[in-house]
Amino acid sequence: MITNNSKPLLEVQGLHASVNGVAILKGIDLTINYGEIHAIMGINGSGKSTLAKILAGHSAYQVTAGNVIFDGKDLLALAPEERARSGVFLAFQYPIEIPGVANNQFLRLAYNTVQTQRGKDELDPLEFDDYVREKMKLLEMNPDFLDRSVNEGFSGGEKKRNEILQMALLEPRLNILDETDSGLDIDALRIVANGVNQLTNKDNATILVTHYQRLLNYIVPDYVHVMNSGRIIKTGGKELALELETRGYDWIGAEENIPEGAAL
Amino acid sequence: MSVALQNLVNQPYKHGFVTEIESEIAPKGLNEDTIRLISFKKNEPEWLLAFRLKAYNKWLSMTEPQWQNVKHPKIDFQEISYYAAPKPKEKLASMDEVDPELLRTFDKLGVPMHERAALAGVAVDVVFDSVSVATTYKEKLAEVGIIFCSISEAVQNHPELIQKYLGTVVPVGDNFYAALNSAVFTDGSFCYIPKGVKCPMDLSTYFRINTEGSGQFERTLIIAEEGASVSYLEGCTAPRFDTNQLHAAVVELIALDNADIKYSTVQNWYAGDENGVGGIYNFVTKRGLAKGVNSRISWTQVETGSAITWKYPSCILRGDNSVGEFYSVAVTNNFQQADTGTKMVHIGKNTRSTIVSKGISAGHSNSSYRGLVRVGPTADGARNYSQCDSMLIGDQCGAHTFPYIQVQNHSAKVEHEASTSKIGEDQLFYFSQRGIDAEEAVSMIINGFCKDVFQQLPMEFAVEATNLLSFKLEGSVG
Repeated sequence: MITNNSKPLLEVQGLHASVNGVAILKGIDLTINYGEIHAIMGINGSGKSTLAKILAGHSAYQVTAGNVIFDGKDLLALAPEERARSGVFLAFQYPIEIPGVANNQFLRLAYNTVQTQRGKDELDPLEFDDYVREKMKLLEMNPDFLDRSVNEGFSGGEKKRNEILQMALLEPRLNILDETDSGLDIDALRIVANGVNQLTNKDNATILVTHYQRLLNYIVPDYVHVMNSGRIIKTGGKELALELETRGYDWIGAEENIPEGAAL
Repeated sequence: MSVALQNLVNQPYKHGFVTEIESEIAPKGLNEDTIRLISFKKNEPEWLLAFRLKAYNKWLSMTEPQWQNVKHPKIDFQEISYYAAPKPKEKLASMDEVDPELLRTFDKLGVPMHERAALAGVAVDVVFDSVSVATTYKEKLAEVGIIFCSISEAVQNHPELIQKYLGTVVPVGDNFYAALNSAVFTDGSFCYIPKGVKCPMDLSTYFRINTEGSGQFERTLIIAEEGASVSYLEGCTAPRFDTNQLHAAVVELIALDNADIKYSTVQNWYAGDENGVGGIYNFVTKRGLAKGVNSRISWTQVETGSAITWKYPSCILRGDNSVGEFYSVAVTNNFQQADTGTKMVHIGKNTRSTIVSKGISAGHSNSSYRGLVRVGPTADGARNYSQCDSMLIGDQCGAHTFPYIQVQNHSAKVEHEASTSKIGEDQLFYFSQRGIDAEEAVSMIINGFCKDVFQQLPMEFAVEATNLLSFKLEGSVG
């Protein structure tokens, strides 16, 4: 969904990051405009999930160089919860279980926190119940999800749906979906992808982190980036994903002899 | 554990002030003369002095228990003052006569007296150091025949009840600290619910240790006659001192046929500072006797304070079909140590017991659950369900579970479940990625963890407990 008057929502400039002193990202440049969907692909260990977590502010990673501008502001200066409140959303690859905390309580607290940030009214438990049930239809979720503990005992597919449900509730501006397709059977994949498609519009942008092209049959990206060893080594349109599907990842490194620190 | 989390847990103790009131303090040390002095000061009958002396002699022959999973320097029992009373101003006829300084103290603690008591519908028997200074609602309760007063008053006004029941559930030589208490107890609460009476309000006692270097040895006795029921609340705080103070209480509950006693505690004694200096040694014996058929004894405790907690509120299920319950949350932080749990002793037929224990450890603290379920040969059809969950915050703390199960009857059913979990960085990151900060996240996780226990508490106590836990664990995660 690229429009002529697109403006940047996210600008990643020369981003380097490490974990425990080991460099993981080695110079990422990426600009994402409102209304766009970007797929980030690459083999395991190429740094694509790390990029997702760094954008969300995970404390295990240290940014060693570079900038991230989100809607004109310095994203890296914000605490993780402030990033979330200003519209950065990460759908986790492995959503964590939180025993004892009911899903509906958790969802309502998250929703009201973000609403308050936006200067809107909070919803009381009854109002929220109506609201969340409506959103759950989008993902064909069973209402008994609400009474269960957050992610506890959920199947892989249920966890991923719960992530997209949160995306639907919080209406973020930047959706980062980290391997949302992993662990999904074909029906669940269709439901989740359908949910995502209904949530993407000209007022937000989406990053799909994946290493299979399968998801991209359902959610069609405007751009496909290939990461390797902490860098984006190739960028193309949606057809690049199809090419990766047939040819694998090896040919890119051979074809493009990228110099150290190069950016696209 | 991140710095933010550390700060969250390490908030200063709010109730750490000393009230400037002239106290009458007995010289330090314990011998027969001390006991005679206490008994004399309290104008006690001869049989009670004999009770005390018998306990004292038992105590002399006993040694401190060593089996608990806690460490502390040896206590010098001759360094403790066994009697401290705010200097008496004759008998107090009404609340207006209570020392205003004392009232301000209660105010700071948020004790609901005066109108607040009326609004909350709580009758408060306040124990300040060793002397009960005010009892509200006494008349109103007296209308239905309920006796609710300090145990000293009860000794004067209802000696036959005290003589009949005192020491029948916790005998004078039961254990080292119970024997000590029996010898030197100074005050406490007494509650008697006559046959068929449902106590119309929650009864509440607020204990407070004020004088530095004084021990508090209160004694509580609650009797519910046939078909009676009562819900009793106990809250505890103490000011901060760098020395350790000993608190060795004894609580006895007796439920006759079809009677029901529910005893709830929120304990927030001073826990010592962040280096483990100071704090209360809370060595308490609490036991309920479900004596009659279909009787029920229910303990709910939220233990957040004390440097060391050693406490096992127990139920002796003697009556057929009697029920015992124990719901506990124990939170330890910094260098606190807690060894707590319960005993459920099944004697009657078809007796049932439930144990739900939640331990939360943060900082360098250590928390142990220790529980005994004993089914005797006569307890046909006895059932027990135990659930012991531990939660760790950070990686310097410990959680331990010591369940003892002794079954001597083939028809018994005993179930035990246990789990250990950890508040991890990844859980907190998940919350923060949804806009929720660490404090709220910890509070939500802890409340979820403790939900099964909190829902047993009366409403206003549940709110207090929730706040206390959040406060206590502020800064421990991050």
